[in-house]
Amino acid sequence: MRFPRGLVVPLLALAAAEAAMRLSGLESDSIAPPSAIARAFATALADGTLLQATGETLGAAAAGLGLGGGAGLLLAIALGLSPALARLMRVPVDAFRPIPSVALIPIALLAWGFGFPMEIAIVSFACFWPMLIIGQAAIAGIEPRLLEVARVLRLSLPARIGKIVLPAALPRLFVAFRLATAVSLIVAVTVEITTNPLGLGYGLMQAQQALEPDRMFAFLLWLGLVGWGLNALLLVAQRRLFGRAGWVAEEVR
Amino acid sequence: MRPQAPPLIGFEGVSLSLGGRLILDDIRLSIARQEFLCVVGSSGCGKTTLLRLAAGLLRPDTGQVTYAGNAVTGPAREVAVVFQDYGRALLPWRSAAGNVSLALEAAGVPRAQRGPRIAALLERVGLAHAADRYPAQLSGGMQQRLQIARCLAQEPSVLLMDEPFGALDAMTRQSLQDEILRLVEASGNTVLFVTHDLEEAIYLGDRVVAMRPNPGRIAEVFDIPLPRPRHQLATREDPEFLRLRRALFDFIQEEER
Repeated sequence: MRFPRGLVVPLLALAAAEAAMRLSGLESDSIAPPSAIARAFATALADGTLLQATGETLGAAAAGLGLGGGAGLLLAIALGLSPALARLMRVPVDAFRPIPSVALIPIALLAWGFGFPMEIAIVSFACFWPMLIIGQAAIAGIEPRLLEVARVLRLSLPARIGKIVLPAALPRLFVAFRLATAVSLIVAVTVEITTNPLGLGYGLMQAQQALEPDRMFAFLLWLGLVGWGLNALLLVAQRRLFGRAGWVAEEVR
Repeated sequence: MRPQAPPLIGFEGVSLSLGGRLILDDIRLSIARQEFLCVVGSSGCGKTTLLRLAAGLLRPDTGQVTYAGNAVTGPAREVAVVFQDYGRALLPWRSAAGNVSLALEAAGVPRAQRGPRIAALLERVGLAHAADRYPAQLSGGMQQRLQIARCLAQEPSVLLMDEPFGALDAMTRQSLQDEILRLVEASGNTVLFVTHDLEEAIYLGDRVVAMRPNPGRIAEVFDIPLPRPRHQLATREDPEFLRLRRALFDFIQEEER
């Protein structure tokens, strides 16, 4: 098997960092040599703190994605199918959308205190918008002839949505879902870093404040891996689930 | 000639404007049960709009469209529409069988009965071998056959066909013309067939309605007393066919001048 060339630069960089730290004899509260980070990672993995924190962060992110993304999808369907409703909602949507979701942390803290509910609420708010905006465009962009076919066949509204609208928009809806998933992780970790004593973000902050850079970088590295793994998983799912719909839709156009 | 029957579809003084432009002006037309009526005219004369009114996809501004004596207020299951752009009217994520199934699902046919009925419908349009193929894997002619099968699955009384063979090559077009005549003959459908091909209109129709643009109105109605069943060579060489073709051509030429 050939050595994967993409790994050459990262491995060289790691070796250089390790060598620089050792040769200079640097003692630091803010950076750590790769070997110490690897040790800290192994320790955190072994004592269960890393996995527990991961579960907390992913749980909050998933709950927010489900609630906010689900609500965004429902509204996207309604607005995508009804131009009149879309016109009516344009001003409220444009007014609320620019609010940075993390700006809601103080309000959410007042309403729910520390813990999962406030984090889930903020993640929901953040995930609502990509699902709504991309979803609405996906549904408004469905071939109009297909909707006419649904009309002349006299499909009921649920059948029209289930058999025509969602399958026709699915490839693009899945893109919205992937984007919302990435947003959910970013926002969950942000809430944990700034406020909420839970999850990976909080673990990262704890290590920083305890002046344990090796542990801090271990958490950071793991966060990167989790985000990358999540995206890779969704890409595989996209190919598996919608490969046909995806390529057929492109061929037809 | 088919026996005289009471009109099934009626246009009673129908006018329609779209986007501030008068598209159809005072259309009066009745289509008899089991009649094959063709509509011809230059593009922009409102012939597709006429068909969409009959389908209930549009509502007239004045006058009314009737079906079996009642005003048409929306699409009905007994009225099937064959669209010209078959590539867009089929669901690309469903196989041929799945596309036919859509009409049965819409009509609430129980799952257990769908399989045999789908097989029979695909058989009728000559697609039995392609049940598992997806629209993108079918030729244009096969895709249009599939759309016709889906319409037949509605068990309609009326077929509304909007330039259904306009995008097909000449050979495929002729074989589909004969197939549609055979299918209509067998099921006793009433047909409203829009085309810009004058010979196709004469070959298929019991009557041919010629329309005039700006605004769209009916200019002339030609009776087509050619014997049935029709035959691609014999019918097209019939002196009466040639006379009608000349009359219709002259009429359209005059229109364009």
